[in-house]
Amino acid sequence: MAIMEENKINGMISAINGPVIKGKNMTTFKMREMVTVGDKRLIGEVIVLEGDMGTIQVYEETEGLKIGEKITPTGKPLSLKLGPGMLKNMFDGIQRPLEKIQELSPIFIPEGIGLLSIDDQKQWPTTLTVRPGDVLLAGSIFGTVQETEVIQNRLLVPPNLSGTVIEVVPNGSYTIEDVLVRIQDGKNQVYELKMAHEWPVRTPRPNAYRRETLVPLITGQRVIDIFFPIAKGGTAAIPGGFGTGKTMTQHQLAKWSDADIIVYIGCGERGNEMTEVIEDFPKLIDPRSGKSIMERTVLIANTSNMPVAAREASIYTGITIAEYYRDMGYAVAMMADSTSRWAEALREISGRLEEMPAEEGYPAYLPSRIAEFYERAGSVETLGGDDASITIIGAVSPAGGDFSEPVTENTKRFVNVFLALDKSLAYARHYPAINWLESYSGYIKILSDWYEDNVAEDCISLRNKMLELLYEENKLQEMVMLVGEDVLPDDQRWVLEIAKIIKVGYLQQNAYNKDDTYVPLEKQYAMLKAIEYLYERGREGLKLGIPTSQLKDLDIFSQFIKMKYTVPNDDLSGIDRLKEEIDQHYEVLFKKYEN
Amino acid sequence: MKKEYLKIDKVVGPLIQISDVDDVFYGEVVDIVEISTGKVKKGKVIKIEEKNVIIQVFQNTAGLAAGNSIIKFTGESFNLPMSLDLQGRIFNGIGEPIDNGSDIFSLVEANINGRPINPMSREYPRNFIQTGISSIDTLATLIRGQKLPIFSGNGLPHNELAAQIVKQARLGDNVHEDFAVVFAAIGVKHDDEKFFRKSFDDANVMDRVVMFVNYADDPIAERITTPRCALTAAEYLAFEKHMHILVVMTDITSYCEALREISSAREEVPSRKGYPGYMYSDLASLYERAGMLKDQAGSITFLPILTMPNDDITHPIPDLTGYITEGQIVLGRDLFQRSIYPPVAILPSLSRLMKDGIGDGFTREDHAEVANQLFASYSKVQEVRDLSQIIGEEDLSPTDKKYMAFGRAFEAKFLNQGFDESRNIIQSLDLGWRLLALLPLTELDRLSPENITKYFPKES
Ligand SMILES: Nc1ncnc2c1ncn2[C@@H]1O[C@H](COP(=O)(O)OP(=O)(O)OP(=O)(O)O)[C@@H](O)[C@H]1O
Ligand SMILES: [Mg+2]
Repeated sequence: MAIMEENKINGMISAINGPVIKGKNMTTFKMREMVTVGDKRLIGEVIVLEGDMGTIQVYEETEGLKIGEKITPTGKPLSLKLGPGMLKNMFDGIQRPLEKIQELSPIFIPEGIGLLSIDDQKQWPTTLTVRPGDVLLAGSIFGTVQETEVIQNRLLVPPNLSGTVIEVVPNGSYTIEDVLVRIQDGKNQVYELKMAHEWPVRTPRPNAYRRETLVPLITGQRVIDIFFPIAKGGTAAIPGGFGTGKTMTQHQLAKWSDADIIVYIGCGERGNEMTEVIEDFPKLIDPRSGKSIMERTVLIANTSNMPVAAREASIYTGITIAEYYRDMGYAVAMMADSTSRWAEALREISGRLEEMPAEEGYPAYLPSRIAEFYERAGSVETLGGDDASITIIGAVSPAGGDFSEPVTENTKRFVNVFLALDKSLAYARHYPAINWLESYSGYIKILSDWYEDNVAEDCISLRNKMLELLYEENKLQEMVMLVGEDVLPDDQRWVLEIAKIIKVGYLQQNAYNKDDTYVPLEKQYAMLKAIEYLYERGREGLKLGIPTSQLKDLDIFSQFIKMKYTVPNDDLSGIDRLKEEIDQHYEVLFKKYEN
Repeated sequence: MKKEYLKIDKVVGPLIQISDVDDVFYGEVVDIVEISTGKVKKGKVIKIEEKNVIIQVFQNTAGLAAGNSIIKFTGESFNLPMSLDLQGRIFNGIGEPIDNGSDIFSLVEANINGRPINPMSREYPRNFIQTGISSIDTLATLIRGQKLPIFSGNGLPHNELAAQIVKQARLGDNVHEDFAVVFAAIGVKHDDEKFFRKSFDDANVMDRVVMFVNYADDPIAERITTPRCALTAAEYLAFEKHMHILVVMTDITSYCEALREISSAREEVPSRKGYPGYMYSDLASLYERAGMLKDQAGSITFLPILTMPNDDITHPIPDLTGYITEGQIVLGRDLFQRSIYPPVAILPSLSRLMKDGIGDGFTREDHAEVANQLFASYSKVQEVRDLSQIIGEEDLSPTDKKYMAFGRAFEAKFLNQGFDESRNIIQSLDLGWRLLALLPLTELDRLSPENITKYFPKES
């Protein structure tokens, strides 16, 4: 694709300061226009225009640029090519496939490789579903391509086009650049429809309307699904200091969530973590499709050592790709690890522009950028009339692990689920280190019908009861730290014992164990129900004056701690047997005390 | 022929500004020649605005003034010649030999800034490196190709620990052929540098060490290039010559302070504690150079050392480091004060890569469980200790008393070991089991019945 347009006037570099350069002779340039910079044709974007001067953020290393080298306009904003070939692939922050970059340069990523995008040579067997005379509205579907084993790419009329079909190619194999359909609009203007179309990353793709989110994103993680559920189309943040488990949690969600499509953005994080995804995901089988989870996954990688301006763009690249698949009618889940790196990229660029900083050097527009980003999540009816959603889960990396910093605070304002990771839990190797006192989900109310209909009548009330028990335990622990456990009355000691089972046996979930890594909802519920059963039976015993030490049968307790490993995910009879064991044991015990 | 300039407009700390300059590029290296003595200082273009250029000078700028020096633009980026002959040599922070040896001649030159490794080209690191240190091998396992910093404090024995790792760790399969150490000293005391030199001698690796040294009394701008020179040498040896490289770098804190000083000379908007907002990306451009590549031998294992100001792990330097590296080994002052060497505070320590490098076929099948149990039990020890502070050890429950005993034994026998003592992983794991046996079996909820049957010490 030629990115230089003829008859355009070039600008000229007049200042260079890291990823930010200034140019003059730029009166014909547009704000947010994509440009190429210098003899190496680095890719950049106009971010300030003032008279004939412009400022450009450059998405590649700027070492070697000189004053006076030319700045070439492309005539269009920073855009993505949206079409089949994105799934199972990994891209850099501006959608250049890392595999193609590797062909050009085997180890390191050089600058000046130009604008690459999805494969335009590949032949896709294509089914066209429209006929001449059909009226195609913006965003409607005119054909299909089997993009991967599990995902069908529904070919979309771009959201800004509509018209009557005047020509259709027969079914067959085509590339993304072949013209498949011609449509004519009311002004007799003819447009060509291809498999792929371009879309500017900073413009949200339109939908018909937003609807309420009523279904949870099932993740197979107990602390999330039962305690702090995320709605499909909702927003969640995972804040935590280094090493507390943000990436692990995001990986778990990417692996096991029941979304149709996963867009995973490694934003300013480690190269090895992206390598790990590429090595591991193809080997993992999606419990729903029976196929590799890679078949539904798009990866975006701007690792921490890649250019910082592309980090800023990577978030928009990711969300635009998510919207594209949403527009086909899919439930998309997007993970961004870490949104703090994106915010820091904003801060760095802002600093180089010598803008007036607000809090901690961040620009004053940080809150509005965060809000705009999370607002691109949602449950919608697509232009094509389908139900679809985008769920956004953003990791936040607060400086010093302190949640009272600008990125965490502003994120908290715009998300509905807050999964607070806790250093002291991580130090004690309580994983996932999600602090149950600080975390919350704003979706409990609207999802409670779903849980009642699909899991159990009492699912949410059970959850509330167990959460209260944990709150109570927290208060009791404070007392224990003052006076020791021995002085507490028996009913309170019983609370401590049960809370320990909830924490160790339920909330802790081992991502490295092949059964515990993903747990179906039925088992999640049954496990918690069994813990409640033990709690209640114990309370009967307390009423008879039986001390906690007697009620705490070591064998039964250790079975509770281990039931996540010993009870298979697809056969819950072990949990019933455990309840029977409790009954037998307590019957004998109660008899002793009744007399 | 490149132009030469005589007029320096401004000198601010390590930065000089000159005007009316043509035809220079961003990142270009300049020679600054003192007219009276002919001495050459090096610098680099870090900002260009029309005809005004800001140059960061790597040597001391004292004495630089308008008219007494000539500024020559070299037309080159900051490149270093690369060769196997780097081994056994000592360089300063901009890569000039300081050991009276000859210059390095080579047709191969590399830009010290490097370029990001394509994640597609990486190989995920999975090979266990035995350091012979129980706490590290068992609980924060080092993996070949990992970046694992030592978070220390002033006066703590981080140098000894790093030296012991260099001495005991076996990175390569063919130890003497394919293994080398790259050592970067950033703003260190002469004594510290001597200590390392001696310990490399003792470990018999001196001819396999490439040293880059910037002393505490050397110019601070050179601290910015010291780690980059070292990592460039490491990349060459690892990825071109397919050797296994251990990079030891000390002290990252001096590096960050230099970064802050230069940033403030540039009048940039600071973020936390005056450090520049781009410090995360800057540190990442160092740390991310560690790793392994797909389908080829060679690796860079990176052990940076940093001293936490006020032992504060939330200080920006350890904080940003921890966000980039693959775990951390944290040294604890209280352990040190109780004469425990190495004073590894295991709870905040972490190796993120250990999960794939331990267990059956790598170390031993019970490794993950033993590690988990030691973490869980030792973390309970901390709670019990807090409680005993309040109610007294006498009044603790019988189980809690056992935790107190376990805690003491664990620190004295497991954490504590000699500077010259190397324990293999089997010895370390067995020791772990013997210590766990001090606790009631019912407290050991991270151990599976199978492993208990197999490894739990039989009472003799
Ligand atoms: N659910 C889990 N099961 C087992 N181990 C876990 C789990 N969550 C976290 N861990 C452990 O914690 C380590 C750190 O987790 P992770 O890399 O996700 O942290 P992070 O919050 O992303 O840190 P950073 O901000 O530095 O990227 C992992 O390497 C793993 O050892
Ligand atoms: Mg992470």
